[in-house]
Parts: sequence; C-alpha cells; structure tokens
Amino acid sequence: MFPTTYYLIRQAMSNVSLSNITKKFRAVTALDDVSFRVNDGEFFVLLGPTGAGKTTTLRVIAGLEKQDVGSVAFDDEAVDTFTPADRDVAFVFQQYSLYPTMSVYDNLAFPLRSPVHRVPEDEIKIKIRSVAEILRIAHLLERKTARLSGGEMQRVSIGRAIVRDPRVFLMDEPLSNLDAKLRESLRVELKHLQKTLGKTILYVTHDQIEALTMADRIAVLNEGQIVQQGTPDDIYDRPATTFVAQLVGTPRINLLEAARQDGQVIIRNSALTLDAPQQKIPDTLLLGIRPEDIKLSAQGKFAGKVMLKEPLGVETVLHIQSGSQNLLALVPGMTDVKIGDAVNFNIADDKLHFFDTKRNRLNA
Amino acid sequence: MASFAESGPRRPVVESIRVDKVSPGARATGAVRALIVLLVALIMLIPIYVMFATAFKTRIDVTASPPKIFFQPTLEGLVLLFTDRALAAPARVQELQQLEAQGKLNLFEQLALASGQEITGPSPYVGRIVNSLIIAGASTFLSVLLGVLAGYAFSRFNLPGKDDLLFFILSTRMLPAVVVTIPLFLMFRQVGLYDNHIGMILLYTVFNLSFSVWLMKGFFDEIPREYEEAALVDGYSRLQTFFKIVLPQSVSGIAATTVFCLIFAWNEYAFALMMTAEKARTAPPSIPSMIGRGGVEWAAIAAGSLGFLIPVVIITFALRKYLLRGVTFGAIRQ
Repeated sequence: MFPTTYYLIRQAMSNVSLSNITKKFRAVTALDDVSFRVNDGEFFVLLGPTGAGKTTTLRVIAGLEKQDVGSVAFDDEAVDTFTPADRDVAFVFQQYSLYPTMSVYDNLAFPLRSPVHRVPEDEIKIKIRSVAEILRIAHLLERKTARLSGGEMQRVSIGRAIVRDPRVFLMDEPLSNLDAKLRESLRVELKHLQKTLGKTILYVTHDQIEALTMADRIAVLNEGQIVQQGTPDDIYDRPATTFVAQLVGTPRINLLEAARQDGQVIIRNSALTLDAPQQKIPDTLLLGIRPEDIKLSAQGKFAGKVMLKEPLGVETVLHIQSGSQNLLALVPGMTDVKIGDAVNFNIADDKLHFFDTKRNRLNA
Repeated sequence: MASFAESGPRRPVVESIRVDKVSPGARATGAVRALIVLLVALIMLIPIYVMFATAFKTRIDVTASPPKIFFQPTLEGLVLLFTDRALAAPARVQELQQLEAQGKLNLFEQLALASGQEITGPSPYVGRIVNSLIIAGASTFLSVLLGVLAGYAFSRFNLPGKDDLLFFILSTRMLPAVVVTIPLFLMFRQVGLYDNHIGMILLYTVFNLSFSVWLMKGFFDEIPREYEEAALVDGYSRLQTFFKIVLPQSVSGIAATTVFCLIFAWNEYAFALMMTAEKARTAPPSIPSMIGRGGVEWAAIAAGSLGFLIPVVIITFALRKYLLRGVTFGAIRQ
C-alpha cells in the first residue's frame, strides 16, 4: 500500500467547526442554529431524513451557499468570506457530477489543473495512477464518463476528491444511487480509505446503517436542528429523543405509551407491567424497547401471540401481540415459532428507554 | 494491470441486434417507411430543383410550356446575374468577334457577345452578397454572444426583477417588425445609420437578441448546476467554470441559436428594403429588382436565389451534428 498511498498522505491538519449557522430560503428555515465540530481525521456523519438540512449544511461549508447567521471555521480560522475555490474542500455529489465532455483521466486531473492548485502534468500523472489503483479504475482512464456504470462513476467521483489532498471531504449521499451490493462494498472501501489516508470526512446520509457502520461520530439532524451528537454507541444506546430512537435501528424501536403506578410501569392497552426504575420518572411516559431486547423464553414473564413472522436468515423479526399492543421482537437465526403461536418472553429491563411526553430522553 | 475478470470488457457493448430488426415483416415496414420519407423529401425538393434548373436555362427554355425537363444548359443566367452589359454597336461587335477568334475573350464575354452585348462591369449583385455576408455574419455573432452571456445570467443568478426583464425582452417580438420600420427609418436617417452596415448589424442584432436570450437560457437551464458547483469546489472561478464546463456542454444550444439567428438575418427583406439603398443593400431586396430591365430575367433571378441559398445550406450542414440534441448529456444520474 505504501508506494501508492504515499502521494496521497495529507500534510495539513484540518478540523471544521460550525457555530450557530442559520440559513433561510425565503420563508423556509433550512438550518436553525446549527453548531458542531468535526475533528481532524474524523469520519463524521450527518444523519437525518430528507429535507432535514443535511445537504444545505455541506453546501454552506463548501461555500456554495451563504449562511444568514453564524460562522464556519477551518482550523479555527473563519472562512466565511472565502470562495469555494479558496476553501480547499472536496465535494462528492450525490449525482456524481462528472464532467461529461471529458475522459475519466481529465476528470481526475481537473482539480489539479485548476489555477488554485496548478500541479505540473507529470505529477498529475503519478497522482492519478495511484488514485486509480486504489479505487480500481485504472482500466477506465481513457473512457468518456457517460460510458461508465453507476459504481464506476461514483468511484471516479470519489477519486476526483481524493486526488487533491483537500482539507476536508464533503460527501453528499454518495452511495444512495447504487444498488445494495455495490453500496455495501463501497461502504467498506470508503471507511478503509479514510482510515489509511487519515482524512477528515463529513458524510451526509439518510441511511442509518451507513451512519452506524462508518461514523466515528454522528450528528442527527431534523428540521434544520441538531437533535443529538455522539458516537454510534451513544446514538443507538442512548437516543436523546424518540425521533433519534426511531431513526436508528432496524427493525424500529417499540415505542409504547405507559403510565407509572405503585412502583410499576404499566404499558397501555396490554398486559405488560414492568418494575419502575430507580430514578424519578413522571406519571405518564413513553417507553422504548429495542426489538433485540425482547427475548423469547419458555419461562418468560410475559405472554403474547405471534401475529407475523419475517425471517431474514441471520435473524427473524416476530410481531407479537399483547393486549392490543404490537411488539416487534428480534430473535437470532431462523425459528420454528409459527404464526398464531402463543409465546412467552422477557424484556431486558436494563436496556429500557424512557421518554417524557415531550419525547425527550429521561434516563441517563 | 487489472485482469479481465476485474475490469470486464474494455469496450462497452453499445449495440445489439434485436429480433424485431431481423424479422421479414419488420424489415418490410422499415423499407416502406424509408420509401415514404424519400418520396416526401423529393416532393419538398422540387422547388429547389426548379430553381436550380431555371438558373441554367436559356431565356426561351425558361418560359417553354410545358416546362422542359431535358434542356441544353447554359451559363446565360449567370452572365445576367453577375455582369452589367450594354448593346454593342455593329462595328464594336466585329471587333469583339475578332478578339474571340484570337481566343482573347473569356467565357462570360463570349456568352454576352452571342446576344450582341458587351460586358461593361460587374453587377451590383456581388457586392450585395458580400453585404449580406458581413451584416448577417456580424449580427449573428453579436446576438449569439450577447444571448449566451445574458442567457447564462438569467439561468443561474438571482437577478432583481428577473421575470419582468425576461418578459420585457420577449415583448420586442410582440409586434410585427414592419410596424416600426417608419420610425426606425426616421431615426436611422437622423443619426447617420441609414444605408450603413453598422446600422443594419445593430438592427438585426437587437431583433435576434430576444430570441437568442430565451433560447440560450433554456439550454443553460437544462445543464445541471452540479457540474459548475463541482468545478467551483475544485478550485475554479465562476468565469473559468463558465468557459471550461458550461460552454463545452452548450455547444449544441449555441449551434442551434446560431443557425436560427443567421437564417433570420440572412433572409430579412422588409428592413433591408427600407433601410438601405446602395452602399449597404443586402441580397434579398436586390434579387427581385432584377425583374425590371427589359423583361423578366428568370434565369438571373433563379441563379441569384441559388447563390443566396448556398451559404445558409453550408452553415446548417456544418452544424447539423449539433442540431441533433442530447449529444453530451448523460453523466449525471437522475
């Protein structure tokens, strides 16, 4: 790996911080007081549903969009007055945006030939060679970009970003237009690339699996506001709101209305009653139970009926009815439980998530 | 080098033979369709043929009824078109016949002599074709240039009052051109633009501008912004991005706009008739003026029209590749 990556090892430190960024498009507030910091060499993922303001955040950082309020700083130097060219970032677009009139080689060389960088042609050649080898596109260099498949296009567009040694990579859902298999393999490649090259990446996605698998840290964005920031573990195990809890994890978390009574937590419309936790909780609350925390057991404390079964091979999703409540449970491997069967189960009560009626997390 | 298994075939497979293109029935329909297209094209080309044939007919053949399909071609029409002639006195005719015997007369002079005429100089037609070339060429260049710049600005930037401006530009097309000829004529005479190349270039440029701005804006609208944004991030300025990324992709749009502007400026008749006299007169109003002298010279008119047709045909032919749209689109996945 050394001889090829040698040319791509980055020289500069680069962290990115956003403080109090607000951006409005006419009446619509796209970003509302967004602040976060991406540390040097970190794989930072912005996760959120469509329209949450993820792409706008990237565009503000790249300088393609000007924020109304707030400041963007690279290495603690404000870059708000910088043009996109001067910011020295690399952008990987969702739509690839390869220049259609140029060959793959020229596409990769384009940023290096820019007036800001002005790399000599023989050096360009060496760099492109090494990038092409890393991304396995060496055989495509002479081709016109319109003649590439989706996966090839996306690799070229990632290549156009890494050939340049920018301060930070901005990636806008780069894998979302690919088929599932390709997405999976490029996900691994990307993560590997980031670790070997040690680059700072700010990655935008609506796919929680991409976020959990690749990120060092995640920021969850909803309706232009940051809901939670943290490591994948934080986000998954300690979701700050029901929104985050429902956004990450498949199958979805069970979210049940419950009431506290005599040291017990009673789930509405069901026969389920759990011991109340040590900490103080209000009388009415929302209870979150991850499907994998519901465990089938013959001596289980709770009983229910299997309404539906979704075998996925490595695991099976069971829809269990208790009262009029429907619970999703995840059991490992294939199971011989049949639809209509009565089952007993336990709930891992150390893994419960409590939310107040404003949908914010209660337990630490 | 990557192995075949990793890289796949070097050449992408871009064509395939489909069953419906091999079956006899499909082939027959294809042949019939081609035949129909050919017939329609032939019918469309009949006037062009008549013009072409007339240009090389003698005065008698032109008016023959029924029209002659087969005839002895002659360059008489071209002589009439390109030269001014005078009836030669009998003494002068003899002199010229002697010169002809010595082989000192060129083809045109010989043809003129055959009808007892002597060539006195070139006709104004040549100068008028040159005027047409200058005026149409310059005004097309200007209107396309301005159209490209304005169209790009309208397509990409948030200009204040953008929609109103666009409507305003279009409104110059909302009345027949003839309506403004008289005020324009008065103004042009006042400022010295009457019968002036610059005046005509200005006039045609302005007239084409609304068209080229709207057309180019439409073409730019179709080019996704991401390309430019990618280039901006890659270290280029807005202007460099425009030249390196946007222009290469808008070639077909520019070609189409050029052809349309050129055809308008080249064919324009009413303004040219009113606003020019001798110096800057273009070809269109001068061709029918040949009808006047000593009977209708159909051969000369046909030859003049033919010569007038050639530049536009050449340009359209040269740009036809770009006129077929959608050559460069495709590297953005929608």
